[in-house]
Amino acid sequence: MSAAADARRAGALPVPPGESLLSVRDLRVQFVRRGAAPVTAVDGVSFDVGAGEILGLVGESGCGKSVTSLAVMGLLPRRSSRVSGEVRFAGRDLLTLPQQQLRDLRGRELGMVFQDPMTSLNPVLTLGTQVTEVLRRHEGMGRREARERAADLLRGVGIPDPARRLGEYPHQLSGGMRQRALIAIALACRPRLLIADEPTTALDVTIQAQVLDLLQQLVRESGTAMVLITHDLGVVAGLCDRVDVLYAGRVVESANRRDLFAAPRHRYTQGLLGSVPRTDANGKVPLTPIPGSVRDMLPWADGCAFLPRCHRGDDACRTAGIDLEPRAGADAASTPPHRARCVHPAGLDDAPGPAGAQPAGAHAVARPDGAEVRP
Amino acid sequence: MTAATTVTAATAEPGQEQPPGRVSGTGRARASWDRLRRDPAAWVGAAIVTAFVVVAVAAPLIAPYEPAGSQWIRQITPSDVPGPSEEHLLGLDSFGSDLFTQLVYGARQSLVIGVVSTLLGLLAGTVLGVLSGGIGGWVDTAVMRVVDIMLSVPALLLAVSVAAMVGRSSTSVMVAIAVAQVPIFARLLRASLLSQRGQDYVLALRSLGLRERRIVVSHMLPNSLGPLLVQATLVLATAVIEVAALSFLGLGDPDPAVAEWGRMLVKAQERLQNDPQLALWPGVCIAVTALGFTLLGESLRQALDPRARR
Repeated sequence: MSAAADARRAGALPVPPGESLLSVRDLRVQFVRRGAAPVTAVDGVSFDVGAGEILGLVGESGCGKSVTSLAVMGLLPRRSSRVSGEVRFAGRDLLTLPQQQLRDLRGRELGMVFQDPMTSLNPVLTLGTQVTEVLRRHEGMGRREARERAADLLRGVGIPDPARRLGEYPHQLSGGMRQRALIAIALACRPRLLIADEPTTALDVTIQAQVLDLLQQLVRESGTAMVLITHDLGVVAGLCDRVDVLYAGRVVESANRRDLFAAPRHRYTQGLLGSVPRTDANGKVPLTPIPGSVRDMLPWADGCAFLPRCHRGDDACRTAGIDLEPRAGADAASTPPHRARCVHPAGLDDAPGPAGAQPAGAHAVARPDGAEVRP
Repeated sequence: MTAATTVTAATAEPGQEQPPGRVSGTGRARASWDRLRRDPAAWVGAAIVTAFVVVAVAAPLIAPYEPAGSQWIRQITPSDVPGPSEEHLLGLDSFGSDLFTQLVYGARQSLVIGVVSTLLGLLAGTVLGVLSGGIGGWVDTAVMRVVDIMLSVPALLLAVSVAAMVGRSSTSVMVAIAVAQVPIFARLLRASLLSQRGQDYVLALRSLGLRERRIVVSHMLPNSLGPLLVQATLVLATAVIEVAALSFLGLGDPDPAVAEWGRMLVKAQERLQNDPQLALWPGVCIAVTALGFTLLGESLRQALDPRARR
């Protein structure tokens, strides 16, 4: 780490004792449109991420993952969205921070990597211009200095011949290269928090594993906190320390990666795991997809949103206020506690589910590159 | 990149397909350039425009005589203007000057006034477009209402009023034509910027803490310039016609020695019956120049927009 960066680190706001670097409390996001009922995309989500920690936010498309990340970054359109709750970063509430101060944090303390590297770079500017821009904005570097740092950054994310690449345009780079470049840009000012929103979804599988390894390595080395948003349990199994499973805008299960894969409590988590091909079963265990789609959901006020798609649900689930809490003594003893928002938690409920959906020991999950990961 | 590659492959003549290795790795600009090169209309347009510019710039070298003065006024009779001869390629005009010389110097006026007015219009339109498309909100509404008002006034009437205000000179013609062009550019740029707003890279730039102003000016604007460039080429065609039209209406440079195609038409009017060639040649010049810019502009538009190619 350069002396300049160290100096800035020293000047950075300290995290108050007893608090995580990022602490999201009861985050709610509503989209409002004139003449239409507001749509609640995120409905009271809470999570914490500490320095050097990787938190996975998992769920299907439309469950509120991306909206959560945009809300944390303050990137939702002000006119059409209402955000409430608390997003505390290093002791400050990002939601009430003045726009100017938030902008100063973005790119410097808060980094973000987006899903589609093909469209996330400006097509008409060279890579060099785009990488140096953030350095000049936040580190006050001159053109030459920034250019040298940019070359170092590209080398750091594994782009060969960075000096030449800096003069090239995005279309001259492959998808994997572009995602590496975007990661380099997001990490250019050594942010303390990195949000990666499905960073590998648009890449082909061999590149996926490389990019994930890169992210993990960078995060571990620099002690950056990372929120990894994904629908891919293989990614979670390989990378995350803790996992929050989102469904219909709420966290339905929150656990250590190990606990989650060993004993999923929520029926939705169980369904997600059942939908993943297992490498330890020699193809004997059939895949069990979750029936229906995210659209078939109950408002949380009427009960569990997952009920219409749940094989175990009954009338007991039609109650408001199912809490996210430990469902067994062992779950409560875990640190942090393994919590689930389910009336009939899996593995603790004697009513039989369909064959194949039962949790049977640790789920081994295929990583994108085919290597097997045993959490 | 794949999209551009497919388009190039799809539009290539059968049997003339390039090896995939050559196409892949080239950019959008390269693909556009390839499309442009294969378009005969682009060649014709470019040839006309080049010829026009060369003639205008090198007028003193090309023209056989001085433009000013009615050196051969004695040869003009009320009923007859001498036609082509050995000394005068296209004959004399009704005031006793060499017609060919007048045409050559006329290109100068059209080029200078056309280009300057288009640049002025482009500049003002860009400023208004950036204000409205970049800032949005009430600024957008205000700017667009002003532009609407400008649009509701017919271009020629606008030009005449500006000329009336500023006085009779080539400057007034320039300003008049420029003012008439502003709404076109402003609207086009606004639409273009608005479509950039939703792009992923804009969100990515916001996530880096860049100021909105910087995102608009350094990132969204360069992405929006393509359509503007096309429009500017097309507008040059109209500008050439409008320069002639305004001169025809008597709004141009008051100095009779300045050769100008529109004014040549006016002078030709009274002798149309006996000497139609006096009106024919400036008319042809105006039409061909406008055609050249239009062909070039249309080809540019098609080359830059793969979807227009069907």
